[in-house]
Amino acid sequence: MNRVAIVDYGMGNLDSVARAVEECGGDPVVTDRAADLETANRIILPGVGAFPEGMRNIRFRSLDRILREQVADKGIPLLGICLGMQLLASRGLEGGETEGLGFIDGEVRRLVPGGEDVRIPHVGWNEVVVEGDPPLFRGIQPGKDFYFVHSYHFCCTRREDVLARTPYCGGFVAAVGRGPVFGVQFHPEKSQRTGFRLLRNFLGL
Amino acid sequence: MLKIRVMPTLLHRDVGLVKGIGFDSWRRVGSAMQAIKVYNMREVDELVFLDISATREGRPPDFALVDELADECFMPLTVGGGVRSADDVRELLRVGADKVAVNTAAAENPRLVREIADRFGSQCVVVSIDARKRGDGGYEVFTHSGAVATGKDALVAAVEAEGCGAGEILLTSVERDGTMSGYDLALTRMVSESVSIPVIASGGCGCYEDMVRVLEEGKASAVAAASIFHFTQQTPLEAKRHLREKGFEVRF
Repeated sequence: MNRVAIVDYGMGNLDSVARAVEECGGDPVVTDRAADLETANRIILPGVGAFPEGMRNIRFRSLDRILREQVADKGIPLLGICLGMQLLASRGLEGGETEGLGFIDGEVRRLVPGGEDVRIPHVGWNEVVVEGDPPLFRGIQPGKDFYFVHSYHFCCTRREDVLARTPYCGGFVAAVGRGPVFGVQFHPEKSQRTGFRLLRNFLGL
Repeated sequence: MLKIRVMPTLLHRDVGLVKGIGFDSWRRVGSAMQAIKVYNMREVDELVFLDISATREGRPPDFALVDELADECFMPLTVGGGVRSADDVRELLRVGADKVAVNTAAAENPRLVREIADRFGSQCVVVSIDARKRGDGGYEVFTHSGAVATGKDALVAAVEAEGCGAGEILLTSVERDGTMSGYDLALTRMVSESVSIPVIASGGCGCYEDMVRVLEEGKASAVAAASIFHFTQQTPLEAKRHLREKGFEVRF
């Protein structure tokens, strides 16, 4: 069984993610301890909140260094969810400029309303259009809805890091991936069957 | 395209769920855990869970209860009732809430909304506004589950909430609540047109067509309803089928 470390940096719906991982057959541990992260064979970086506070909490616990070792050096698969996905970027522009983890090139900007009745935050179910055939989305029908709740989005520098997009505010990046690092803007742990399928795919990578 | 959400509202008091009329005359409608399990199986879009006795009794949210409920809830969950501080919010998010609704504390201290938004992001702050119609056609904000008049105008409160960083407004008409006579379209439209964050219409839904009206005429982004699901055979799934027939985008 997969030992899944859910990174606790004081922000986010940790319990929901842990319960979803359990339902998907993983063995979750909610933790901020280096020892747990070093023994896990999957890492999930969840997150609800603001970018600067998120990075501050991660640095305060020295989790940035540990994550880099596990992911970049050892190749342990990492999934960032919502704010956790955004923190993978080079920098965030929420409340000033903040340096991110820098695992995937790009920056996090506020959504800009494109049309008449486009409201921000983007809250609710919206379709995710997958580009190519990434293993993370295996078995998920194209255009399936996932649950989103966010005001900022990930702007990728490299096109090949984009795994999926969602048609809102002119289209934004819904999923990123490079090597063992993945990020999704939506909440798979709250997206019922479709979300669980994605989590199972992640556990099975 | 973003889908219209149909959100059952669960009101909790003492040991179980209740539903009243005009924030009064409460009837027991079963256990929260049972309701969550059923809605989970039916894959509803989102749930609203409000503990309506917490603020009146001057106590914090029942974190242990929310923890238990959230463990069975694999759909988005908004939790409210008794939230008075940013630490209450952190704890509710930790035990499994996805968004937190603030009502009385937001009316008394709008700075709290700002503090929560700064720490946890706007997207998880739902400002809940309970409004009652005044003689002059305007609306007044009520707190403490509809028990206390604040003298504050509902429209002013909504604009102020957005300015403080609220991510959504849960807008409930006190006098329509539980009557199943339809949403207050004028109230919903007035607020929806004055803010650029999503507005969830609540209070008065009696049939699927009421949802259509509040989406079309009230310009709501989502619909919340309780009595229709507790006391009639109507379901969230059938509601969405009806909305689809009327040309709305919904999720199946």
